[in-house]
Amino acid sequence: MCLAVPGRVVRVSVVDGTPMAEVDFGGVRKDVCLQYVPDAAPGEYLIVHVGFAIQRLDEESARRTLDEFTRLGLLEEEFGEVP
Amino acid sequence: MKYLDEFSDPDLARSLLRQIHAATTRPWALMEVCGGQTHSIIRHGIDQLLPDGVEMIHGPGCPVCVTPLSVIDKALAIAARPGVIFCSFGDMLRVPGSGRDLFEVRSAGADVRVVYSPLDALGIARDNPDREVVFFGIGFETTAPANALTVHQARRLGIRNFSLLVSHVLVPPAISAIMESPRCRVQGFLAAGHVCSVMGTSEYPSLSQKYGVPIVVTGFEPLDVLEGIRQAIVQLEQGRHETRNAYPRAVPETGNPVARQMLADVFEVTDRAWRGIGTIPGSGWRLTDRYRDFDAEHRFDVTGVHAAESALCRSGEVLQGLIKPHECAAFGRVCTPRQPLGATMVSSEGACAAYYTYRRVAG
Amino acid sequence: MIDFEGWSCPAPLRDTPHVVAGHGGGGAMSAELVRHLIVPGYGDAGGTADRDCAVVEAGGARLAFTTDAYVVQPMFFPGGSIGDLAVNGTVNDLAMAGATPLYLSAAFILEEGTPLADLGRITAAMGAAATAAGVRLVTGDTKVVGHGNGDGVYLTTSGVGVVADGVEIEPRRATVGDAVLVSGDLGRHGVAVLSCREGLEFGTTVASDTAPLHGLVAAMLATGADLHVLRDPTRGGLAAALNEIAATARVGVELTERDLPVPDGVADACHLLGLDPLQVANEGRLVAFVDADQADDVLAAMRAHPYGTGARRIGTCVADHPGMVVARTALGGTRVISMPIGEQLPRIC
Repeated sequence: MCLAVPGRVVRVSVVDGTPMAEVDFGGVRKDVCLQYVPDAAPGEYLIVHVGFAIQRLDEESARRTLDEFTRLGLLEEEFGEVP
Repeated sequence: MKYLDEFSDPDLARSLLRQIHAATTRPWALMEVCGGQTHSIIRHGIDQLLPDGVEMIHGPGCPVCVTPLSVIDKALAIAARPGVIFCSFGDMLRVPGSGRDLFEVRSAGADVRVVYSPLDALGIARDNPDREVVFFGIGFETTAPANALTVHQARRLGIRNFSLLVSHVLVPPAISAIMESPRCRVQGFLAAGHVCSVMGTSEYPSLSQKYGVPIVVTGFEPLDVLEGIRQAIVQLEQGRHETRNAYPRAVPETGNPVARQMLADVFEVTDRAWRGIGTIPGSGWRLTDRYRDFDAEHRFDVTGVHAAESALCRSGEVLQGLIKPHECAAFGRVCTPRQPLGATMVSSEGACAAYYTYRRVAG
Repeated sequence: MIDFEGWSCPAPLRDTPHVVAGHGGGGAMSAELVRHLIVPGYGDAGGTADRDCAVVEAGGARLAFTTDAYVVQPMFFPGGSIGDLAVNGTVNDLAMAGATPLYLSAAFILEEGTPLADLGRITAAMGAAATAAGVRLVTGDTKVVGHGNGDGVYLTTSGVGVVADGVEIEPRRATVGDAVLVSGDLGRHGVAVLSCREGLEFGTTVASDTAPLHGLVAAMLATGADLHVLRDPTRGGLAAALNEIAATARVGVELTERDLPVPDGVADACHLLGLDPLQVANEGRLVAFVDADQADDVLAAMRAHPYGTGARRIGTCVADHPGMVVARTALGGTRVISMPIGEQLPRIC
């Protein structure tokens, strides 16, 4: 279910009273409804599903997840197993 | 940070796989609830790389698959009416009802259009004031906010020639239904990340406790899926059963409160039939009274349409992980992705279709 | 291991009494329409149905002969128009038989109300494409249908060319051990067209790859290599092309996913819409099966040609799993690259 992809806000606008944004998906650009992430600002990354932003992506938490993967990998190399 | 490539790094993936192997001491049966995760697992060959005995059961999390036959028949009946423009996500066009699918209705002259977003359908309604425009509002909690806003907009802007054929389904009641099944084999769940992006994680700890199963909120890129599997197995090996969030970059604990508020305004909980499974109490959303005028079932008076599913098809058992797709006598013979009998062969992410499409090569 | 040998579809044609969109998708449904309805209708007058181009003997010469209909929507898209496709597509069908394309015909089906300016742009594009390809448009026809009975302009072009002695390029010649090559990156045409299709519009810098490929083929033949199979992966993309070859020659094809050249703009658009880039159309690319010993020479010749700069080896023809195309994933697993069924549709799940 729920093919949702990350994209970066390029610019925001209001159409028919609804907040909208042009969102860049690695070069592909699409208009996206910002009703549910109304304070999203240009440069921020959002998760977009069927033309709607449903959540903003948290960079700090993404980095922590990746760091954790790397740390687990290093532990495994060092000790041959993971605690 | 692009939030995509970083989470499919092959070196980190291999490292996570080694950790899964190191952590596993006995067989475990995990269910990924979401069809998007099924897709990722098969697309990347992840299931072939797991330890022997760790089994991924492909759950009922594909809205296309589980939309009941009677709702498809209603869609076909509405789409065939003169003056109707029937709009749908692309996935739904190939899903057969009792007799035919939307492609065939279109070939017989109906105006059936694929849209990317429900707002596109609202735009079509505005551009065609003399036509009735109906959007096929299917999906889980992830898709519901889009459909909710669209019908809210239609009401606010007074676009009276727009209506929604609603068949929304909900994940937590489905998890309960699976765990209540007497032959249930599932020992742990990967919960659907994007459903939780909207709904948050608060519905799951009570399910973990009640049924004694770890539930790991999981994303969709290869590393996300592997981490979900790893966390579930580590819990199982340690005898724990908690709800954990392995997709925190997109899932705050509270989900999206703005979206949830809109959902509460537009939809109310109802019993819902799932194709191949049957009716699950409180497992769906329908429009509230305030939006009844925008309910296509009422506008087109198709509430009386009922349909019986194929007697040969065992998709309900497949969805619950009780049998593998190829153990069904119809699989690959009278039931193929071209001519699907049941839910799980219908969408490319249904368990049977996935099995058929990416059927394993020897070795 | 599941027994896949026993599988058969009980109803080769879907049990619909009507033509549906999938019959034109270039996948399994198109192939079955030809095999089970069109060719049987021709009876003894028909030929074989496994190629886009026939090679026939006439007056002592080996003639390549092909025809193709173009119904692309929209008619103008980033990188070209229906006019470019109608010339290059037919030139390429001839080129995939190893022919030197010579003459084309063009039949127009015009919808009432279509702006003449649009038609003018299309014919100018055809002329420019033909000049660039070194072929001539020598005959044609025009018909008009009522408003609402067509999408502006439908075009059918036929083409003839000559095939040199000793050139035998056919799908059935795919041989275990062959190297599988592509001439460039994949999916540009399909994404360019989708980006301006009504209801799906998105902004992209991806443009159609439409191009005539007979010059590239000539350069490959000039190496002296024995080209077993050439195919332009148009509708249905690389997936359809390789599956057809694997099925015709009863061989397996093994790809290495990491080596598949999918440009970022195509990958991102496919990700957004839930499409498989391997099923997306190309209009200026070819797939070649050549003896592995000659692959490096052929690749060098391809890369030296303007339409083959991105050429690379993507896989191998194998004895395992005949009729199937399998890719090794970046994580080390495998997945089957299946034949697309009908139309490619954006999906939400």
